[in-house]
Amino acid sequence: MSLLELDNISTGYGHFQALFDINLRIDEGETHAVIGANGAGKSTLLRTICGLIRTDQEKVRFDGQAIGDLAPHKRVGLGISYVPEGRWVFPSLTVNENLLVGGHSRRTGLWTIDKAYETFPLLARLRKRQAYSLSGGEQQALAIARGLMSNPRLLLLDEVSLGLAPVVVEKIYESMPAIVDAGTTVLLVEQDVGQAIKFADRITCLLEGRQVLEGSPDEFSSEQIFAAYFGV
Amino acid sequence: MIWVNDVLQGILLGGLYALFAAGLSLVFGVMRLVNLAHGDFSIMAAYIALAIVGSLNINPFYTIVLVMIIMGIFGYIIQRGLFNFAMDAGPMQAILATFGIAIIIQNLLLEGFTANSKGLDAGSIENAFIRISDQVVIGWFPLITLIASVVVLLGLQIFLGRTRLGRAFRATADNQRAAQLMGIDNRHLYGMAMAFALAIVAIGGVFIGIRTTFSPSAGPLRLIFAYEAVIIGGLGSLWGTLVGGIVLGIAQVMGDHIQQGWGMLVGHFVFLAILAFRPQGLFAKQVQ
Repeated sequence: MSLLELDNISTGYGHFQALFDINLRIDEGETHAVIGANGAGKSTLLRTICGLIRTDQEKVRFDGQAIGDLAPHKRVGLGISYVPEGRWVFPSLTVNENLLVGGHSRRTGLWTIDKAYETFPLLARLRKRQAYSLSGGEQQALAIARGLMSNPRLLLLDEVSLGLAPVVVEKIYESMPAIVDAGTTVLLVEQDVGQAIKFADRITCLLEGRQVLEGSPDEFSSEQIFAAYFGV
Repeated sequence: MIWVNDVLQGILLGGLYALFAAGLSLVFGVMRLVNLAHGDFSIMAAYIALAIVGSLNINPFYTIVLVMIIMGIFGYIIQRGLFNFAMDAGPMQAILATFGIAIIIQNLLLEGFTANSKGLDAGSIENAFIRISDQVVIGWFPLITLIASVVVLLGLQIFLGRTRLGRAFRATADNQRAAQLMGIDNRHLYGMAMAFALAIVAIGGVFIGIRTTFSPSAGPLRLIFAYEAVIIGGLGSLWGTLVGGIVLGIAQVMGDHIQQGWGMLVGHFVFLAILAFRPQGLFAKQVQ
């Protein structure tokens, strides 16, 4: 049984349909990247999994349990953590307080405040700083660390590298092995295809809300991925 | 020296206003709800204290804890049973819902307790005072009120800064959707915020009942004073509400000193002046 199963997800915002019949299986321990151009429906997919967008109860299964219509805060309790695009750190809270709020669900496990600082050393010296005063890269690191504080079985990362300098992106990806080694299943949305391929066991490419490619990155030539990405 | 006395009385009165303003500020901060029933909730608390005093024949001071608990539970229920749904519909609907509740409370109190003014009799403490000089006199009861408001604000500060629930309040105030993604159940949290707000205003309600007489229609004026205190102090600032209450209190006492009956008018003028020249309030939160 897969950790996460999506069956024929078709969803959108009002009259706009963003996803068409998406089927996805993600196994425990897998790292899976969803790639695609702007507006391909990548973020919509993650939001359907974390509960910001609701769907039919049976269409999303997590560890065998139907959760498609469950509220986001309940999904956190089950072990799904979503690190949103745009980071959404709590600006008036300090770095340390952001992490403490990340652990609100009281799910216990490997991830503690100390472990978070160890994995993201740049945060350790910013403990007492209010999050609004952090740089974009620091906020992204904080958002990921905060997401880990609920000790998720499935971590959803949305557009980690968006708007960040390449050196900063490298730095954040340096922390990824620690997350994967902890046994956390990672589903990430990434515009940077090179980064995604390097990192993921499996990739899914979306084009205008449809799945056009799925499998291990080694199965495809860069031409195939390029074609799927742009729909040519 | 007579002005020194005015300032002192104003500060003491400010403590009472802060007790009204703190809950209002908390509710607005956490869930962006403009609660027009806040003043009527305080009067409701005074009537609950009156009913308890009537049946148990105890000093109204001893009713405070019980009134706080009753108002807190009432706050949680009305938030989860009504205001949460109104907030789902939109901010304007939410304001109208609180307005409707304000009218309902006023009329229920009218039905149950008549339109006659009532008072809570706390005994000799009401008239006890400390004489500092011939012209400067501090009443024990106003002093207790101020101390109570400082204790409440201090407690609130520690609660918001140090506890899991307090941090969840602040996280939700910052970004409600992100807070949900941390596993925070916002509907429950809003219920808790209203419970805290009404438990605090219950103290203010009992104190105002001891200080002056009250009637079922006394709520809206309390609401206005509370709002003025919040705006003067600066939205989102805890201690700002106390300073705002004190500024308003001093303005009112001095106004009454210049000409009996001018107090409220001068208070409103000071409020309008601050709104015009420093609309963010004296202690606006510096974030964002």
